[in-house]
Amino acid sequence: AGKLECSGVISAHCNLCLPRSSDSPASASQEDPLPLAFFVHDAEIVSSLGKTLESQAVETEKVLDIIYQPQAVFRVRAVTRCTSSLDGHSEAVISVAFSPTGKYLASGSGDTTVRFWDLSTETPHFTCKGHRHWVLSISWSPDGKKLASGCKNGQILLWDPSTGKQVGRTLAGHSKWITGLSWEPFHANPECRYVASSSKDGTVRIWDTTAGRCERILTGHTQSVTCLRWGGDGLLYSASQDRTIKVWRAHDGVLCRTLQGHSHWVNTMALSTDYALRTGAFEPAEASVNAQDLQGSLQELKERALSRYNLVRGQGPERLVSGSDDFTLFLWSPAEDKKPLTRMTGHQALINQVLFSPDSRVVASASFDKSIKLWDGRTGKYLASLRGHVAAVYQIAWSADSRLLVSGSSDSTLKVWDVKAPKLAMDLPGHADEVYAVDWSPDGQRVASGGKDKCLRIWRR
Amino acid sequence: MPQNDYIELHRKRYGYRFDHFEKARKKEARKVHKDALVAKKLRGIKAKIYNKKRYTEKINLKKTIRAHEQKDVKTVNKIHDENGLPSYLLERNENQRTKVLTNLLKQKRKNKVGKWNLPIPKVQALNEAEMLRVVKSGKRKRKTWKRLIDKVSFVGNNFTRKNPKFERYIRPSSLRFKRANVYHSELKTTLALNIIAVKVNPQSNLYTHLGIITKGTVIEVDVSDLGLVTQSGKVIWGKFAQVTNNPELDGCINATLLV
Repeated sequence: AGKLECSGVISAHCNLCLPRSSDSPASASQEDPLPLAFFVHDAEIVSSLGKTLESQAVETEKVLDIIYQPQAVFRVRAVTRCTSSLDGHSEAVISVAFSPTGKYLASGSGDTTVRFWDLSTETPHFTCKGHRHWVLSISWSPDGKKLASGCKNGQILLWDPSTGKQVGRTLAGHSKWITGLSWEPFHANPECRYVASSSKDGTVRIWDTTAGRCERILTGHTQSVTCLRWGGDGLLYSASQDRTIKVWRAHDGVLCRTLQGHSHWVNTMALSTDYALRTGAFEPAEASVNAQDLQGSLQELKERALSRYNLVRGQGPERLVSGSDDFTLFLWSPAEDKKPLTRMTGHQALINQVLFSPDSRVVASASFDKSIKLWDGRTGKYLASLRGHVAAVYQIAWSADSRLLVSGSSDSTLKVWDVKAPKLAMDLPGHADEVYAVDWSPDGQRVASGGKDKCLRIWRR
Repeated sequence: MPQNDYIELHRKRYGYRFDHFEKARKKEARKVHKDALVAKKLRGIKAKIYNKKRYTEKINLKKTIRAHEQKDVKTVNKIHDENGLPSYLLERNENQRTKVLTNLLKQKRKNKVGKWNLPIPKVQALNEAEMLRVVKSGKRKRKTWKRLIDKVSFVGNNFTRKNPKFERYIRPSSLRFKRANVYHSELKTTLALNIIAVKVNPQSNLYTHLGIITKGTVIEVDVSDLGLVTQSGKVIWGKFAQVTNNPELDGCINATLLV
């Protein structure tokens, strides 16, 4: 963000576009301008500068600071229709995930199988049997070549999406079910070798996938670890039902900090750089209609991932937001301080999921009080409430340009929300029963959702 | 029949008879033969009732025996019967989950059949003298064309009486109700919901038209705060319920929601 100083009354138009600095050598004379949004005293200039100044009641003699923020260059369009309803699972679909480039779609279900789906024809691709209990969580490696899935018996299996076969050995070691999986970031290790898993037994284990064994066990939590995130700075964050969040150093497993503040179970966590870590070297602005694997040598991809990560992170350290059963969220800067930056209150029931937007400016929190609240990503200030669901909101997903949000709820509908003018963009009914998982593909074309009615639905524009 | 717990007190103080348990066991064993004897000797309507009861017991017994047999034969299931649950719902309490209804697969099937499974399928027929009381009017109190409705009735929000001089059916305001206590069989709770309309009174069409509520009447109630949604995404705000008590005797309307 930058500042433009102006004094007096000028009439300027919003959504001015700056010509981008030519860092791409193959640029023609015409370049796509970078869209911007202008803010005066935290209020966005929508119509004209004059009207905004009137509404703000700004003194005409003082120097006015207009802050501009670059918006994403590409624009994701809202999904409007269900293109296919994929049957196949014989029990409820519990987790759904697109690969980092958007090429593959994987879903885990209560019938103990993981299924891969072919996105170009929207038909089943592979069925992977191997687990012996419900597949609770799935996670793609940042290069998109492996999928890790954790089950209710505490076992983790790795799958190859192109063949549908299991890769390596079964990683067993946890005594109770797996609550979360997180891979090491691409820019730290482009081979995607290490994956961390959190479990109900209160431990976090770091596994070496090539050797097929447990590298490190991080104990310290006294109750179930509900959420796990591997940050881009070499720190591992784990949230637990014992009301604390612990920060570990990933390479030697030393506990750095314990973040306390919540008064009930910590359900969910989100890092400001989550989306960049998830997509790795893939840049959503360069997505094509047919998703492809990433090209280039490992070193090039690592550079790209690192630059994307640094861009999203900005100057300061990573920020962490945590949502809990005590109806509040906390914004932390865990690498620096063990005291929270802000406490975000307002929800009237427990918070099920929090997510930073891909540009890390907005935090969205989904709660069982049927609403989704938007908060500022830097300061934690409350922005807006999105109401429309008639039952608990279970999961949310951001579109890659941070303008749209899709939410799946217990009332069996999905809703697409426009974040700028915070209101409902699209209502997507169609599921017959509760929607347990939603995901928006990183190339912005599709939304996949699965739920209790055992059927996976793909939605497109 | 003990009027107080003297028997328990005696047992606490002095214990049981030495042969009490054996006698009880033997009496239970003989009960089977005694029941059979009773069934043979009974005649008439008593016999019919008794035999019907025995028949249902026999069916239940057979079912449990078959269930036990199947348990022995089958091997342990590899795939679990319950649907999967995501990790964020795994340890949540039941009451929190059942606040929201399972959505309407059952509803869809019922709609296809086109019939409602009414909790009270048949209702005792009431004669007109019970429902409508004759009110004498006129200068000599000889005219008897007016009727006073003795049962509970429902009138809408915009109800205004006809001119009292010409009113044939009088609905006393003390017997007019707006709310019903509706029992939801899935949530296992009773909610006080507003009545929207009287759908059908099984006694007669006339009573339906007048809005008279007796036992077995199907009424429409306002369920907007249950948060139900149809498959196409519309919010349901009215559902049918059947009245299960005699409202004029109890002073309140109890109904069961037809799910």
